Amino acid sequence: MMNDSANIFWVFSIFTILLFVCGFYCLMVTRNFIRALIGLEILTKAVTLLIIVAGYVSNRMALAQSMAITLIVVEVVVIAVAAGIIFGIFKKTGALNVAKLRNLKG
Amino acid sequence: MTLDLNFVLLTAMIVSAVWAVMTRSLLMSAVGLAVTSIILTMLMFNLGSPLAAVFELSVCAGLITVVFVSTISLTKPITRCELKEKTKNRIKRYWYLPVILVVLFVVLGFYMVYPEINFLGLYPSNDVRDVMWKLRTTDIMGQMIILLAGVFGVVVLFKERAKDDE
Repeated sequence: MMNDSANIFWVFSIFTILLFVCGFYCLMVTRNFIRALIGLEILTKAVTLLIIVAGYVSNRMALAQSMAITLIVVEVVVIAVAAGIIFGIFKKTGALNVAKLRNLKG
Repeated sequence: MTLDLNFVLLTAMIVSAVWAVMTRSLLMSAVGLAVTSIILTMLMFNLGSPLAAVFELSVCAGLITVVFVSTISLTKPITRCELKEKTKNRIKRYWYLPVILVVLFVVLGFYMVYPEINFLGLYPSNDVRDVMWKLRTTDIMGQMIILLAGVFGVVVLFKERAKDDE
């Protein structure tokens, strides 16, 4: 049983890491604000999946579910505020390009 | 739990996430993200967490997609000229990927050699309501504060915009 759980954990972990790399890569290469948010979302999805799998293999689904729900709530707030900020930046600069935000550059 | 079905779902999730990252259209990216959320919901159901799955489906696949689509439609789409320039420089940006993958597989290989994972139990109860309302009461307060901060943040952003319009 323990071995089976460990196998499941490893399979899910590898896919979670791939998903994480996908999101991280999106954050690294993009210059578009909305796409950066999409990358952030993918990162959060990887973390949610890892929490659920950790709960499954350790037989603590209740704790894992409550953690996942908290993560989803935080995720929504972050995305809503970030979308508002992006819209504000678009109204100010007329573009969604990160490179055009150079006012804070030292 | 059948590992085969989960393997198919995990592969589909990775494919849709990669599609969301790689596609040129932002709208298609948002759709790809919604598909990723839906597949994650299926995985959550398979792993025996229906409550979190319902949250994921309604909030992430529904609400966040709506937020993304509204933001995309409220902002200006990319022009053809910019798109051509972007496509030219597109290849240059992909050299990161092999480096990341090599580092990743080296780290994974290291952990595969030492696979001792310690699954520690934290709380004896297995009822989600019990854990949510009794064990994590302080966290619920934190969640409420975060929600309020989000609401006030959006209100402040829209207020400033209304002033700018005047």
